[in-house]
Amino acid sequence: MVSQTASPSPAPILDVLNIEVVYNAVALVLKGVSLNVPKGGVVALLGANGAGKTTTLKAISNLLRAERGEVTKGAIVFDGERIDRLSPNDLVRRGAIQVMEGRHCFGHLTIEENLLTGAFTRRDGRAAVMRDLEAVYATFPRLKERRSTQAGYASGGEQQMCAIGRAMMSRPKLILLDEPSMGLAPTVVEEIFEIVRDLNAREGVSFLLAEQNANIALRYASFGYILETGRVVLDGAAEALRSNEDVREFYLGVAQSGRRSFKRVKTYKRRKRWLA
Amino acid sequence: MDLLRAIFIDPFAQMIGSPDLLAQTIWEGFVGGVLYALIALGFVLIFKASGVFNFAQGIMMVFAALTLVGLHEKGVPAWVALILTIAVMYALAVGIERLVLRPLVNQPDIILFMATFGITYFLIGLGELVFGGNPKSMITKELFLPGGSIDLHIPGGRVQLQKLDIAAAAVALIMVAGLALFFQKTRIGRALRAVADDHQAALSVGISLNQIWVIVWFTAGVVALATGIFWGARSDVSFALQVVALKALPVLILGGLTSVPGAIVGGLIIGIGEKLGEFYWGPLLGGGIESWLAYIIALAFLLFRPQGLFGEKIIERI
Repeated sequence: MVSQTASPSPAPILDVLNIEVVYNAVALVLKGVSLNVPKGGVVALLGANGAGKTTTLKAISNLLRAERGEVTKGAIVFDGERIDRLSPNDLVRRGAIQVMEGRHCFGHLTIEENLLTGAFTRRDGRAAVMRDLEAVYATFPRLKERRSTQAGYASGGEQQMCAIGRAMMSRPKLILLDEPSMGLAPTVVEEIFEIVRDLNAREGVSFLLAEQNANIALRYASFGYILETGRVVLDGAAEALRSNEDVREFYLGVAQSGRRSFKRVKTYKRRKRWLA
Repeated sequence: MDLLRAIFIDPFAQMIGSPDLLAQTIWEGFVGGVLYALIALGFVLIFKASGVFNFAQGIMMVFAALTLVGLHEKGVPAWVALILTIAVMYALAVGIERLVLRPLVNQPDIILFMATFGITYFLIGLGELVFGGNPKSMITKELFLPGGSIDLHIPGGRVQLQKLDIAAAAVALIMVAGLALFFQKTRIGRALRAVADDHQAALSVGISLNQIWVIVWFTAGVVALATGIFWGARSDVSFALQVVALKALPVLILGGLTSVPGAIVGGLIIGIGEKLGEFYWGPLLGGGIESWLAYIIALAFLLFRPQGLFGEKIIERI
């Protein structure tokens, strides 16, 4: 059902194979999602509210179990190993870390302490951690200025930077970035995505980013998947998606033929429901 | 008029009249307060890291003291018994994490709270089964805790300080300072505070909640042991001692459930307040107000400052 031939690259760092996710043992939220992220790639996961983007990311990072969700079918392979039964702690140690939606900085810890918690799983000594802390400060000069502020008092953009910086402190190979643009001013969103691109190019970190803002996500990602009600309904190179008529209509908000009434859009949408 | 005079003037005249008695009362209150603070500290540690209000804290104190004394009774040298007791507290922490906390992850707080009732009854039963139900006396001498007292001469008379009380205050001080350092400066301490702030986020950066819980319950167990030793030395080691732990509740209300400094200051206020109240105002009501004054103070706090003196302000950006 998904065109495997269009897969981004032959050597994926992350391979999600047809997973199903059930919450509370009854609610089927993902109905067979497959996707992969190539080594060093930036892949976008797009879709409306409730499409299953966050669930997909949490299934990969194994944060699902803390919310009584479970992967009931399929497999998740990270860096050549199956990871669906690992604890988040093990997974971070292996190099996959999630930056959660809504940033989730530790409000009562200072920015610097927040960054240091990211190095919790590391065993390579204080010196190496401090070197990486300086590297993070080099990437986010603003965090250095605010290093002794409690994170709860930092601005939204600073908190997002703090959350990404905290993830970088674990020396990840893959960052699962959930809704980085949420609640941020457009210029700050641009800044965050520039940093993602920069980290990807400089440090070789792969990104899987879930976004509602398809417009910006498809500008920075090389490949995209579109989720709708727990299924991948469309995938392809970012370029191809951006020129796809349906994506333009529903996700980029650029209709082809001028203004149309909402009523007509709705019936059109019902008729065109992909693969449903 | 007479009543007002008896409430507002006479006690203070008495305090000024005999400063040695005042100093003695404050000192006794201070020592009691330090011990309340230690018990409250155990509550705060666990509440911060696992969001559980640990009803079993009082019984953990008794159980630790009982284990120590009981082992010694069975012929184990005091120092070995102390180390073994610490080991038992560690095993208890691991057991609670495995059998109680882990299976109840994501359950409502009230369920975890009820589970700590279960722990309480389990520990009472286990303690009685292994060491018997008779009150025992603390092995102060064997632990090299000083006995006797020293007299301190102050203008207007003298104050008698029990050496044991001085030791209690010193140990409490060292423990609190040690914990504060541990929390602020170490990797694990940082992780503990992170967990207290946001469980989910802590999980997402790879902090193992299970490991943190074991550490926290173990720390609370060691604090309980220290408290148990000194309370046990002042009275007897028996399960009746757990009512002392109830005094930690007003301390917590005063200091705030989440604040370590709050537990300490709250403990001191309650300890000193109830001693002063008993000594100077108690006779007005026929004495015995010590047992409930703390709750009245706490009630006043609940009315006017429900988050406590040092309760964490919820940081909310607008």
